[in-house]
Amino acid sequence: MKRSLPLILAFLVGFVVILSEFIPHRPFNQIVSTLEQWFMIISGFAILLGQISLIRMNTHKIVNKLPDWQYYLAGLISFALMLIFGILWGMQETPGLLGSGEGISSWLGAKPFDYLFTNAYMPLSATLFSLLAFFIASAAYRAFIIRGLESNLLMITAVIVIIGRTSIGTMLTGWLPESMQFWHFPILADFIMEYPNSAAQRAILISAGLGIVGSSLRIILGIERSYLGGEK
Amino acid sequence: MISFMNVFGIWIAAFFTISIFSFLYKDNPFYKLSEQIFVGLSAAYWLVYIIYSIMMPNLFTKLIEDFSGNAILLIPAGLGLMMLMRLHPKTQWLSRYPISIMIGTTAGISMLRYMKSDILEQVTATMINPFSAPDAAGVVGNLLLIIGTVTGVYFFYFSKKQEGIFQIPSKIGIWFLMVSFGATFGYTVMARVSLLIGRLEFLLRDWLHIIT
Repeated sequence: MKRSLPLILAFLVGFVVILSEFIPHRPFNQIVSTLEQWFMIISGFAILLGQISLIRMNTHKIVNKLPDWQYYLAGLISFALMLIFGILWGMQETPGLLGSGEGISSWLGAKPFDYLFTNAYMPLSATLFSLLAFFIASAAYRAFIIRGLESNLLMITAVIVIIGRTSIGTMLTGWLPESMQFWHFPILADFIMEYPNSAAQRAILISAGLGIVGSSLRIILGIERSYLGGEK
Repeated sequence: MISFMNVFGIWIAAFFTISIFSFLYKDNPFYKLSEQIFVGLSAAYWLVYIIYSIMMPNLFTKLIEDFSGNAILLIPAGLGLMMLMRLHPKTQWLSRYPISIMIGTTAGISMLRYMKSDILEQVTATMINPFSAPDAAGVVGNLLLIIGTVTGVYFFYFSKKQEGIFQIPSKIGIWFLMVSFGATFGYTVMARVSLLIGRLEFLLRDWLHIIT
C-alpha cells in the first residue's frame, strides 16, 4: 500500500495529462488545469520543506558546536531577518501582515525586505558569480594545454565569439575588403552562432527530448520507481 | 540629500563585495561569513517570493475569501502538509503521495512538451533544402546545420558501441558539440566579466567616488 498506491497515483495523473492533449474537452482539460494548480501549491510546500531542512541542518551544527558554527549562526540570523521583514512589511508592491510599512520605508528608502535585497543579496549574488570570471580563466588555460583537436575547436570558437561580440572585433578586422567580409570577426561569430552552434544545440535538444520522453514513460508506467525511496 | 541609511546600505554592499573578492587570495573568515549570509538571505528570499506569488494567490487568499467555494483546495494543502511529513522518519512514507502526484504531472506534461518543442519542431527545422540559401555562405551554413544535427544526435546514441566506420559520424558530432561548447563558454566568460565590471564600477563609483 505504501508503494503501490503512489505508483497508481503517478500512473493515473500522468495518463490523464497525456489523454487531455488528445481529448481537449471537458472534463479532461479541467482536470489538467486543476492538477497544474495543485502542482504549484504542493511545490510551494516542497520549497518550504527545503528551507526547514536547511534550518534543521544549521541548527544541528550550531547546537553541537561543529567547526565554523559561528558562520552558520550568521546564516540563520540573516535568514530570519529577511523572512521576518518579508512577512511583516511585504516585498515590492505586495503588502505584508503590517501593511506596506510607510514609516520604516521612508526611513530606509525602501521596504526593509527590498533594502536587504538591494544592499546585501544583490551585491553578494553578483560578486559570487563574478568570481567565476577568474576561475573560468584558469579553466581556459587548462583546456588550452590539453592541445587536442577538440579542445582547440572549443577555445578557438570561444575566442572568436568573445572578440566578435565586443568592439575589439570590429576594430581588428574592420579594414578587410568587401570580398573578405566573411572573415570579419562579428560576421564570423554570427555565422558560428547561427549554423554550427545551432546544429549542436539542436542535436542536444533532440537527444535530451528523446531521453525525457523515455524517462517520462518509465515513470508513468511504474518502471522507474527511484523517486519512492529505498525503504518498503 | 543622500540619507544615512542609503550610505549605510552602500557600505554594507561594499563590505560584502570585498569579503567575497577576498577569496581570490585564500579562504578566510570574511568570505565564510558572507557566503553563509548569502545562503540565508537567498533561502529566505525564495521562501517569501513563493509565499506571495504562489501560496497566497493560489491557496490562502482563495480559502479566506470563499472557503466553501474553494474547499477542494484543502486537498493540495493536505498533500503539501504530507510532504512536510518527510522530516520525521516514522511518517516519511506519507510524502510519497504528494511526490507521486508531482512526478506524474511533471512526467505527463514534460513528455508532451518536449515531444513537440524539442523533438518534432527541431527535426522539422532541420529538414531544409540546403541549396535554397541566397549565397555560398548560407549554403555552407545550411549543410553544416544538417550534418551537425544528424551527427550530433548520432553521437548521443549509446545503445550500440560505436566502432570502426560507425565511429566517424560520432567523431564529427563531437566536433560540432565542441564548437557549441566553445560558443557557450565564450558567452559565459563575457557574462561573468560583465558582472565583474559591474562590481568594480560599484566599488569605484558608488562607494569610493573615484570615477563618475
